Amino acid sequence: MKTLELSTPLESRELQELDVGDKVLLSGEVYTARDAAHKRLVALIEEGKDLPFELKGAVIYYVGPAPSRPGQVLNSAGPTTSYRMDPFAPLLLEHGMKASIGKGPRSREVRDAMVKYKAVYLGAVGGAAAGIASSVEEMSVIAYEDLGPEAVRRLVVKDMPLFVVNDTKGKDLFEIGVAEYSRSG
Amino acid sequence: MRDLDVSEITDVLREICISANVFLGEDVKTAIKKARDAEESPLGKEILDVILDNHSISEESDMPLCQDTGFAVVFLEIGQDVHLTGGYLEDAVNEGVRRGYKDGYLRKSIVDDPSISRKNTGDNTPAVIHTRIVPGEKVRIVFAPKGGGSENMSEVRMMTAADGIEGIKDFVVERVRKSGGNPCPPIVVGVGIGGTFEKCAYLAKKAVLRPLGEHNPDPRYAEVEKELLQRINDLGIGPAGFGGRTTALGVNVETFPCHIASMPVAVNIQCHASRHKERTL
Repeated sequence: MKTLELSTPLESRELQELDVGDKVLLSGEVYTARDAAHKRLVALIEEGKDLPFELKGAVIYYVGPAPSRPGQVLNSAGPTTSYRMDPFAPLLLEHGMKASIGKGPRSREVRDAMVKYKAVYLGAVGGAAAGIASSVEEMSVIAYEDLGPEAVRRLVVKDMPLFVVNDTKGKDLFEIGVAEYSRSG
Repeated sequence: MRDLDVSEITDVLREICISANVFLGEDVKTAIKKARDAEESPLGKEILDVILDNHSISEESDMPLCQDTGFAVVFLEIGQDVHLTGGYLEDAVNEGVRRGYKDGYLRKSIVDDPSISRKNTGDNTPAVIHTRIVPGEKVRIVFAPKGGGSENMSEVRMMTAADGIEGIKDFVVERVRKSGGNPCPPIVVGVGIGGTFEKCAYLAKKAVLRPLGEHNPDPRYAEVEKELLQRINDLGIGPAGFGGRTTALGVNVETFPCHIASMPVAVNIQCHASRHKERTL
């Protein structure tokens, strides 16, 4: 288990050095999107239209933050459960997304797509939302304001603490962790 | 007969919507600290430290513990000698939720229609309101915001007498195993056994509200709770699902008599931010 510092945009070459269980301190641009925004993003790709942000090398964070107070960059912003984005993730990976951030395990299809396109899935600690917000330096809504907490936001993060859950080699931290600590047959 | 203006209920709800989302109960905080000290997985320990740090950051910065500030679930116990004045009770409850979520900068997570339009209502209303009429002339208000991630891992199953208590235990453990890292473990598991289809779900939800460490008064079910906690923690799911000894902080079982043909069982999964606040007027 090692700790690596990564900056966006991400490249497959550097991601191949990551192993499950590693810690990542992520800096740079991160785009937020959850259920409703994913539906719209995937529709744009299918129609051959441009997305509201550059997907090549991009990091998508599955989050719907609490509304910011006056003068506050970002209120609490922990990860949402990732499996709901599984139907959309392979297409985004095919079009250049290099990492997603969320909580909970991914489907076989998403894991296979991450191996194929040399991308990773990073885990943030669910429920540790006030702490996570402190690594966010800038925030702006760039699309789908009508979705409220589900709008697409551009975040600039500094040393955002994350764990490698799925690496480019097809390993899965949930499977490994549970196998190590399970006492039930 | 005592008159009570419903605006008092609005004021209380506004306040406890905010405090419940920022300040976690001492029982939960203590249980997480204990789990942290006992956790064998180094990564699991680290995750629990992150969660404990988050409690302090949240309290110091007046930020919600979790961005998912939940569906506003409100339990009202209304004394039958209370005469509510000044408006309709449910409007007063929703107004309290509306003000609390606005003034507390809490996330609005409710859509107006579940499957077609799914447009955000913008103020986190309507609340889910459970009302009981009880003896006396007081009104007890319990606010329990419920996050979507853990609620999605819950299940109701219509079991039969042939399944027995062992079948129930297997169902609960299997439900937690399938949930894995999704509901933000360490979790609290609420189990409702008996009643009807809807009654057992209500019991499971009520079970989550019981303080951690307090067992079912029936020693047989207290034993069931202890055995289930052991079996769940033997699954090895651990904090965040990354492997470890702490998968659940507690298992609370509530029961109710049931039909000779039935044995309904509900499992309500609650994340580690097991939030609820109450006030009596």
